[in-house]
Amino acid sequence: MDLSRLQRISPTEWRLEPHDAMRVPAVLYASEKLIAEMDDKVLEQIANVACLPGIVDAAYAMPDAHWGYGFPIGGVAAFDPDEGGIISAGGVGFDISCGVRTLLTGLKRADLEPCKEELAHSLSRTIPAGLGSTGRIVLDEIEMDRMLVGGAGWAVEQGYGRAEDLDHIEEGGRISGASTDAVSQRARHRQRDEMGTLGSGNHYLEVQQVTAISDNAVATSFGLAPGDIVVSIHCGSRGLGHQIGTDFLREMALAAPAHGITLPDLELACAPIRSELGQRYLGAMRAGINCALANRQIITYLTRRVFAHFFPEITLPVLFDVSHNTCKEEEHEVAGKRRRLFVHRKGATRAFGAGRPGLPPAFAATGQPVFIGGSMGTMSAIMVGAAERPEHAFASSCHGAGRQLSRHQALRQWHGRQIVDELRKRGIIIKSPSMRGVAEEAPGAYKDSAAVVEAAHLAGLSRKVAALEPVICIKG
Amino acid sequence: MAPASIEPRAELFAHGADIGVRGVGPTCAAAFEQAALALTMAVTDPARIAAQTQTAITCEAPNDEFLLLDWLNALIYEMAVRRLVFGRFAVAIDEHRLRGRAWGEPIDRARHAPAVEPKGATLTALKVELNDKGAWLAQCVVDV
Repeated sequence: MDLSRLQRISPTEWRLEPHDAMRVPAVLYASEKLIAEMDDKVLEQIANVACLPGIVDAAYAMPDAHWGYGFPIGGVAAFDPDEGGIISAGGVGFDISCGVRTLLTGLKRADLEPCKEELAHSLSRTIPAGLGSTGRIVLDEIEMDRMLVGGAGWAVEQGYGRAEDLDHIEEGGRISGASTDAVSQRARHRQRDEMGTLGSGNHYLEVQQVTAISDNAVATSFGLAPGDIVVSIHCGSRGLGHQIGTDFLREMALAAPAHGITLPDLELACAPIRSELGQRYLGAMRAGINCALANRQIITYLTRRVFAHFFPEITLPVLFDVSHNTCKEEEHEVAGKRRRLFVHRKGATRAFGAGRPGLPPAFAATGQPVFIGGSMGTMSAIMVGAAERPEHAFASSCHGAGRQLSRHQALRQWHGRQIVDELRKRGIIIKSPSMRGVAEEAPGAYKDSAAVVEAAHLAGLSRKVAALEPVICIKG
Repeated sequence: MAPASIEPRAELFAHGADIGVRGVGPTCAAAFEQAALALTMAVTDPARIAAQTQTAITCEAPNDEFLLLDWLNALIYEMAVRRLVFGRFAVAIDEHRLRGRAWGEPIDRARHAPAVEPKGATLTALKVELNDKGAWLAQCVVDV
């Protein structure tokens, strides 16, 4: 990215002043090195977001930002319905409420070693992953509606978890305002037998080891200690969310002129929040969020079943569950005034700090856990929402390492088998049905996750708590 | 009359975390067929796919770009709900109405080793155009 176009506010904050049709500035959080390595398209896309009606304060890009469609991945923007603000299907993305859930095991690496191979094999056989995989649950119309309204709560009622799990999920495992009527038959059909499936691409289930602690007090409160084994599940709303995205992107793009909206990029397809279309999308998108929460709950159940076979005494409590691709109605203070805003986070994590209303009681004193996914060969991180600057980017942080090479470029550089073998030498087991898929997801295709985490920490978006290294990775 | 020298071809192009699919052909319909083939190439090797089943698809859209979007999304839908992969396509376009057929087989995870799961065709880099050499091009980015 051309740094000369940006004003440096601090070592990790960069600003593009409004020009042309931009209504607000664009603010990018990253180190100089990360900014320099970012695709120019990130700046173009975040500047386009800043042109949308009703945008408040600024359009933000997180340290892991990379070229997406419409919004950059790692983009955050809030809109005020009282000022003609919009809701954008492109600002949420196809994989509605894609997110990460982390489970605590209470195990240490030494506990895992004697059965690591068998555990990896059993996880890969039990967790449906990749194109063509199906779950064991087939939903009829009535159960589909219940799931779309009930989220993880529905899954727990069906026996896929424990009531206390819900206390460790954003929104208590269920977002209100879901509209089953707004979800098309096509979306329902795509989801009928996809509950409890991981998907493919960058989705994974990873067994990880805590290798470093940066904040002892918060780590202890989260139940983390050096050497601990945790399980992280990264997936979303599967076919239902994909089809909702498909349906509404088309409809919003075609309806934009009728709403008086000039789109700087067709992919920013949106509608006024207070329009019939905007409200319908909001209802469908919330149903998609509940679907993702239910999906991660069922995968939690399957994971617990596998671990119970090897370690009957452990219960795998949920540390927390965060969503990345959402639009949520939240109250924020902007220029000294409290306002109800619709905050889009596309490839970004909500990062509420200590004391913030809406936090589960378990995290009221610490702030919420924020999970930063690495790659199958590089560190992931657990961070915590920062209380020092509570309105920083509408209390948001990054969500992962972020890609630096396209799938195309990755395929030219690596072979899947070579990566699996190299990682095995480092003690990391990869299970995937596709070696090409492994090559496309090569660790080298991603940015340095440690640099992304450091930038988020220094920028005050979230604070470092623990570093994790992969031990077993199940890919779709 | 389409120029005879334009060889139909399917190709992928780079886009961040996702994949661009592009079809080129002597007619708009041929470019749509090749774009569909490129969609399959994002997932697996089309040469490994047997033509066991035939699926009929019809779409109608306000313009060629949205017609391409609808065509690819209809294929993605069929792949998802019927667990199919397609290796051969035939398309006829009349104004902005498309009648298409896709031949393929149920996905075999061992033999096809699918690399990614297409989520949806996006409006990014969406283009249907006739270039100055007489070739039709149909392309967009697919979220995977």
